Order: sequence, then structure tokens, then C-alpha cells
Amino acid sequence: MASPVKPAMSTADRSFSENVRVAVADPQLRRAMHHVKEGFIGKRAKAAARLPEFEILRDAARDIKDHTLAHLDLYLERYEAQVIERGGQVHWCAGPAEARATILDICRQAGARTVTKGKSMIGEEIDINAHLEAAGITPVETDLGEYIVQMRHERPSHIIAPAVHLTKDLIEADFRAQHRQFPADRSLSEVPELVDEARQVLRQRFLDADVGITGANFLVAETGSSIIVTNEGNGDLTQTLPRVHIVIASLEKVVPTLEDATTILRVLARSATGQEFSTYTTVSTGPKRPDDVDGPEAYHVVLLDNGRSGLLDGQFREILRCIRCGACINHCPVYHAIGGHAYGSVYPGPIGAALTPALDGIEAAADLPEASTFCGRCEAVCPMRIPLPKLLRHWRERAYEQRVTPGGLRAGIGLWAFFARRPALYGFVTGLAARLLRALGGRRGRLARLPLAGGWTRFRDLPAPEGRTFRSQWAAKKSTRS
Amino acid sequence: MPEAPIRVGLFVTCLVDLFRPSVGFAAVKLLEDAGCQVEVPAAQTCCGQPAYNSGDRADAKAIAAAVIDTFEAYDYVVAPSGSCAGMLREHYPLLFAGDAGMEARARALAGRTYELVSFLTDVRGVRTVDASFPGRVTYHDGCSGLRELGIRAQPRALLASVAGLDLTELPDSDVCCGFGGTFCVKYPDISNAMVGAKTACVAETGAETLLAGDLGCLLNMAGKLKRDGTDVRVRHVAEVLAGMTAQPAIGDGEPG
Repeated sequence: MASPVKPAMSTADRSFSENVRVAVADPQLRRAMHHVKEGFIGKRAKAAARLPEFEILRDAARDIKDHTLAHLDLYLERYEAQVIERGGQVHWCAGPAEARATILDICRQAGARTVTKGKSMIGEEIDINAHLEAAGITPVETDLGEYIVQMRHERPSHIIAPAVHLTKDLIEADFRAQHRQFPADRSLSEVPELVDEARQVLRQRFLDADVGITGANFLVAETGSSIIVTNEGNGDLTQTLPRVHIVIASLEKVVPTLEDATTILRVLARSATGQEFSTYTTVSTGPKRPDDVDGPEAYHVVLLDNGRSGLLDGQFREILRCIRCGACINHCPVYHAIGGHAYGSVYPGPIGAALTPALDGIEAAADLPEASTFCGRCEAVCPMRIPLPKLLRHWRERAYEQRVTPGGLRAGIGLWAFFARRPALYGFVTGLAARLLRALGGRRGRLARLPLAGGWTRFRDLPAPEGRTFRSQWAAKKSTRS
Repeated sequence: MPEAPIRVGLFVTCLVDLFRPSVGFAAVKLLEDAGCQVEVPAAQTCCGQPAYNSGDRADAKAIAAAVIDTFEAYDYVVAPSGSCAGMLREHYPLLFAGDAGMEARARALAGRTYELVSFLTDVRGVRTVDASFPGRVTYHDGCSGLRELGIRAQPRALLASVAGLDLTELPDSDVCCGFGGTFCVKYPDISNAMVGAKTACVAETGAETLLAGDLGCLLNMAGKLKRDGTDVRVRHVAEVLAGMTAQPAIGDGEPG
């Protein structure tokens, strides 16, 4: 079974540029990322096309979240009151340390030795596994992808497909190395065989667990319920079998009503995996009631802020509409090129680049908003219509204002802007540059190398200019015409 | 009574001005053929996007204000680039949000600013061009033109009228080529992976010529194709639509 999780993943210790260099040179990652492109994109497009009101639903989903965020205090208080009414408790936690302490406390009081976990990005955000381990409690990831990355001492490389950076043969090798209890000559090359084997291992773990921790896709203010969507059913076993159920969720997960949740659910799975609905949509409301046949004896909600309330009034508020479907990640050509680990952050891809500076500070995460071409594919598919390129640009503005932007880039932009604001001087300088580059390009019409342009010429030739600028040719033409 | 001529201010773009003036002349020809009176204000330099996308709002605003000053007298502003036209149309009003006077001027200019090919089809009603370009071509959709301005059908419609031209659709034509302005030199490894995926798609089509409507993408894709030693030729779509393809393709040398 999985051994302790390392406290920090190796990619977080290296610079983003170094991570990128390693990632683009990894042929196995190339193959794995090819599956992301082939798998998710077409399925989402088909699912969206099959539903005539899909675009209307996106608007409705956005409006629900905008409304909720505008009255977040009200809905959170209503949610808490409902949770208490149903016999549960809500623990308001400002940051990861408080959330971890709260969870540890609950686990200790329950005398927990084993904790099963449904998939939760908040769990990653507060790094709960390492802290449970340190306290002598064994966390067991029960989502297959999470189970695999835990076994490998890795972190999820994608928010809905944690092991998407891996190929089947790698996972088979891990299972053979870790699951020694099974015959060595068993067949294990097909996905259903891998799933079956993980299920067999996990079954006893589900029964052994004292506490089950799940995330939440929605918190419903009207009923005090939390909703999770899964495709494996592991979430249900995680939250119904142990004596104690802990829901860990960030505060923007709240929606006013069940009706609101179902509206957003209609765009969630379609955007994420191209399914109309996830296989399991599970609503949990409070602990087991006297007449219930099963369910936990205690129900806790650990409600994490971690800087989010600070985003409510300002230009980054739209980040809080995110429902973590992963569509932006699935469609991001930068993600396809480098995979999720290279970001070095809990959340990868466009949403990660927009959210991480809010969680960790722009100084620590300045590379992430920079590493985008603003191609806009993320915004085009985001079910919540989050204007991701705009948000990334705002982070670049913050970085520029706070002088986090590298000096070389600042100087380059400043110099270029100096000329761009002086048309006559600009014309003179570009005229010289056009002739010089043309001469350097020679008869080949391109340059293979150019001082200070290594970023371009390392992988590409630079097509040479035609020789004279358009504006100078136009001016000459005009003067001969008149 | 003859109608007053439509005065178009050509925003030639900094990259066309410096690297590929023939695209500017092709744009002039296409606009004149569409009945426009074309002027090229001498005071233009760049739309300010490099500053804007680097987070340097002050310089971006100063440059944008100069562009507005220079171009607001024209009936239309037309640029042979979806990216620069998108900057004027979608981003100038945002840049001046809160500054009522400038925001109104930015909005007014934005409403009259078009990318070249979509201006020809959507505003001037051009359905066909008088040009010939025998051979198999493929077309890359630049991101800003596609997703900010909704340009997809327009270039394909006009290319369909070019004699001898056989358009083979580019797989993943809507995926970024990896140029992204300063992105391509800030993150060359990622950019290279992206443009490598793009040129692999180009190879799949078997096209002899790759077209697009943005010189940034074209320089990036041509640079990669040439570095890899392929003989695919790369041109701006305006060159083909104007029938002005005598000069060597982008990144190609003198013949012979």
C-alpha cells in the first residue's frame, strides 16, 4: 500500500522554466498529453452540441454564481444554519493551517487511524495528507487517479484527472510493484483490470476507515447539503461508511438552492468529461438520522477561505465562479505542451494561473500568468464564462506595478514604447532595422541566428524583412504621385 | 449623384510595416477594389499590444490614445491583422474604462475598426476576388481574429473564389500556433512545442502553401517550417486574395 506522501512535490522546488524544459523533453508526458487532447475536447464539443440550450445554461450558471457571490455572507450563514439544524457542524477556517488543525482535531477525537478520502482539490490546497501522516493517521485516496498519484508520491497533475500525466503501462508497473498480494502472472494491461485490482485493494480500506473526507462540488444554502460528483462511486463509500464524515470545501462553493445546483450540474459534466451527467451525483445532508439505515454519526464541514474573501471586491472576483470542471485545462495548448506538474502549483492550467497568485502571492507565482499566449480557448469553453485571459492580464499588471516583472522584459517594453510613442523616430529606427535584417538575411531570406534574439532563433529561423518599411515606401509613392 | 467615397485609414500594423510591406500593398489593393479611398496616416506605429499584454497599462494607454488621435477622423480603420484589430475593437474601451471622455472615443473607434478580410466581406459585401493561385493551400485561424472577432468563414469564402486554389482544412486550425507576442521569446520551449504541433498539422494536409491573417503567427510558423527544412511556403491571406504573390514567400529567399 502507499507509503507516506512527500511534503512537497519536486516540481515546486524548481523554477517554472526548469520544469518546462524537463516537461517538453519528456516523451512519455507527450503521449499522455496526446490523450488529453484526443479525449476531452471532442467529447465536450459533442456534449455541448447535443444540448440546444447549452449556451443559455452557461449564462444561467454564471448568473447564479454572480448573484451568490454578491450575497456570499448571507448564503454562507444560511448554509451554516441549515447544517446545524441537520445535526452537523461548520468550522470556518481562514487558512490552511487552521483547516488542518481542525481536521486533525476531529480525527483525533474520533480516535482515527485510517481516513479515506474522496477526491478534493481543497485537500491538496491545505496539504492534508502529509499532515495526517505526520500525526500517525493513514490517509487513503479512493479516487482511482488520486490513488495512483498517492502510490507514486506525486500530486495530481489535473483537477479532475489526477493521473492524466501517466500512461497505462506506467500504472501497470506501479501496481505490480505495490500490490504484491496478487499473482505475478496476472493480466493487468487493460484499464478494467487496473480498476478491478484497485477496487479489491480499496474495499477493505473503506471498511477500516474511521473518518471519511470528501470535497464538495456544491454547498446548498437552502438545505445545508453538500453535493459531490464522481464516476467511481468512491465518494459515496467514503462518506457513508466511516463514523465521521468531514466535508472540506472553499467558501465559494455555496449556491442558494438545490435548483441552482442542478442548473450548474447541467453544464459541469458536459464541460468536464463530455458526459451529460457524472455517474454519481451524491447529496449528503448532516449525520445519520435515527431511521436511516446507514451514514456517519458525525458530520463536519471545514469551510476554507484562504484568501478568497479578499477577491470578492476587486478585479479578480470572477475567479470565484469556477466550478473546477477542468475544461480550460483540457483545452489549453500550454497545458498540452507542459502537463500539470510543471506549473508547480496546486491548480494547473489557465484557472491555476489565475488562482495561484491569489493564493500564494504574485511574487511567488508571477510566471504562471505570463505563460499564456492569451489564445482565449479557455474562456471560449469555460461553462461559467470566466474571462481567464483578462484575469491573467490583470495579474501581469499587478506584477508590472509591483516590479515583479523581470527587469529585462520591463526594459524591453519600455524602450519599445519610447519609440512607439514617437512616430518619426520610430520610422527612422525601424527603417534601419528593416535594411539591416534584410542584409543579414541575405539571399536565404531568413536568419538562423541573431544577437539578443536567442529566444526566437533557438528553435525557429527569423524571416528577414523585405527591406524597406511599408510606411517609407508609401511616403515615397505618395510624393511621386502628387 | 455619386456617393461620398468611403475613407479607410489603413492601420498597417508594426509587423507588416517592418517585415512584410507587400501585405500592406495587398491590403490597399483589396480595399481600393472594394471601392474605398485608402489613406495611411504617417503618425501610426503600433497598437500598443506588447505593452498592454505585459501589464504596462501606462504605455499601452499612451499609445492607444495616439492611435485614437490618428485614426478617429476616418470612416473606418482597417488592419491586416485580427490581433491588432481585436486590440482596437475589444481592448481599447477596456483600457480607458472609467475615463468617460477617452472611453467614449475608444468605443467610437472600436465600432469602426475591422480586420481586413472581414471588413471586405461583412462591411463591403465582397463575395469574390479576381485572383489566381493554383495549388493546395491550408489556412490557420489566428486566435484573436477567431475568438475575439469571430472571423472564420470570411477568409474561406473569399479564398473559394481564387482561381485554381484548393483549400484543405488544417486539423486543429483553431489552436494557437504558440506565437503570443512576447510569449514566444519568454517561453521558447513551450512556444516551440506549440508551433511544432502546428507544423505537424500543416504537414498532414499536404498543402504547398500555408496562409493566415496575422503576421505574428505567420513569422512564427514560417520560422519553424524553414528551420525544419520543409518547403511549405507561407503567405498572408491578403497577398493571395490580392493576386500579389510575385515576391518570395515569408522566410524564403530570392529564387535561383
